[in-house]
Amino acid sequence: MPENNAWAEALEILKNDMPLALWETFYVTVVSTFFAFVIGMPLGILLVAGEKNGVLPLPAWLMKTLNVIINLLRSVPFIILMIMVFPVTRLIVGTTVGTVASIVPLVIAAFPFVARLVESSIRETDRGVIEAAQSMGASPFKIIVKVMVPECVPSLVSNATIAITTILGYTAMSGIIGGGGLGKIAINYGYYRYKYLVMLFAVVIHVLLVQLFQGIGTRLAIKCDKRIKH
Amino acid sequence: MIEIKNISKTFLTAENEVQALKGITLTVNDGEIYGIIGMSGAGKSTLVRCINMLEKPSSGTIVINGKDMTALNEKELRAARSKISMIFQSFNLLMQRNCLKNVCFPLELQGMKKADAVKRAKELLELVGLPDKAKSYPSQLSGGQQQRVAIARALATDPDVLLCDEATSALDPKTTSDILDLITDINRRLGITVIVITHQMSVVERICSRVAILDNGIVAEEGKVTDIFTRPHSDTAKRLVFPDDPGIVTEDEKERLVRAVFDGRTSADSPLIAQMAISQNIIANIRSASTKTISGKLYGSMILALPDDDEIVRRAVEYLNSQNVITEVL
Ligand SMILES: Nc1ncnc2c1ncn2[C@@H]1O[C@H](COP(=O)(O)OP(=O)(O)OP(=O)(O)O)[C@@H](O)[C@H]1O
Ligand SMILES: [Mg+2]
Repeated sequence: MPENNAWAEALEILKNDMPLALWETFYVTVVSTFFAFVIGMPLGILLVAGEKNGVLPLPAWLMKTLNVIINLLRSVPFIILMIMVFPVTRLIVGTTVGTVASIVPLVIAAFPFVARLVESSIRETDRGVIEAAQSMGASPFKIIVKVMVPECVPSLVSNATIAITTILGYTAMSGIIGGGGLGKIAINYGYYRYKYLVMLFAVVIHVLLVQLFQGIGTRLAIKCDKRIKH
Repeated sequence: MIEIKNISKTFLTAENEVQALKGITLTVNDGEIYGIIGMSGAGKSTLVRCINMLEKPSSGTIVINGKDMTALNEKELRAARSKISMIFQSFNLLMQRNCLKNVCFPLELQGMKKADAVKRAKELLELVGLPDKAKSYPSQLSGGQQQRVAIARALATDPDVLLCDEATSALDPKTTSDILDLITDINRRLGITVIVITHQMSVVERICSRVAILDNGIVAEEGKVTDIFTRPHSDTAKRLVFPDDPGIVTEDEKERLVRAVFDGRTSADSPLIAQMAISQNIIANIRSASTKTISGKLYGSMILALPDDDEIVRRAVEYLNSQNVITEVL
């Protein structure tokens, strides 16, 4: 029975490759999201604080440059960006293929996106609360760390969830340049070897992962919001 | 002492220039409760924001306890601000911090040790009557309670001055009255100078000793509350003090209107109008009255309708004046 064979074969492949792939997807996603926030978060904050009416007004040319760079990076399709940043990847990791190497383009692609997400969160800070802090003599730095960021935590958690699920999607694409994970399984078996069943499984698991991250993120965001009466 | 000297503020917007303040000069003495009242858009918030430099005046100076606020650099200004607290119409509490941590916030900014800050914050919550709300979040409190927390927070740094921008405008009458009592109590007990911005005459009446009436960026009138309430000169002041004047002309040709103003020299239980009817044989109709009794004395005004007869009006005015009532024939 060819059908049964296909099932057995697919299950065999999954049993052998899936644990590692899952792990790779998971850690590449988490590590990339982490670094994307390390770079994107300060930028996102600056995009709000540095405005003319912000708490830390920056020169207009600097804000303009920042915005242009972020927009440029955001408009390059990920699949092209991955290849474009090969020199940077080689500089940092020493090679351009493999799971670890795939983190570099992921971070470069994700941090401008994260900067925009953080920007939109931070922008929600109530002007009145900032003004109250200013009236107490808080410095711009203190206002950022003690008012803007903490007041926006629920929104930041929601947006971090969007970031992590988006980056999860990107990791699948990095299978093309040899990045490990679910994407690699889907491409290697499904595209190169016509084992659609394996590809299907990989996709289903990917969907489940997205659901999982989204579920946890949404719950966390609600839980940590003190404006909601629990 | 707060000396506001010839302050002007012009806002440049995309389309036009708005002159919010046009040369304001005022002096607020130490330890008093000073009211600034005016219609919406008069420039009250702009003026009070100039006092702590949240808004930089276009010209003029603000001198607080001998220190020229307009001449300070950023760092000096931040230090000065910790002694000038402010409370707002919308409370502006940190929504993600509980009440105790809200009160700790200005102390944290000053680098006070956590244990000391918590101790002080607890005392302050006690002072404003909310010792049991330390662990509650602002969203779990009523507006009045939130304003109490904001007041506790404002007092944390031992300020010399408390600025209140429409601090009771979002509250119901009973809560407003409680908050005003709290502010008066704080003023008396701690000797803090208070500046109260409001558009409600009742607020000024109740807690202020002196008041400035702002109209379209200028001071229309300024002085002791009792004087302005009994003898308003400017039109703006009259509109605020006597909001429900029936107007100068009466609908009925056969009567004359006289405004009678009580400034606390008349006892609240002397039946003045009845007395006038008996002793002078003049029947007056009370058209409108907004009077109140403060420690047994009558304050406020009445509009009396008298017969259209010069002689009767003259005698009524004479009689009222003899009873320490200020009159104005309308
Ligand atoms: N940032 C600003 N930019 C432009 N115009 C402003 C700004 N702030 C205030 N204004 C203008 O200045 C004038 C005075 O405003 P202000 O807020 O001081 O009034 P207010 O007396 O506090 O009124 P309200 O009782 O409504 O609070 C208004 O005409 C207002 O439109
Ligand atoms: Mg205002």
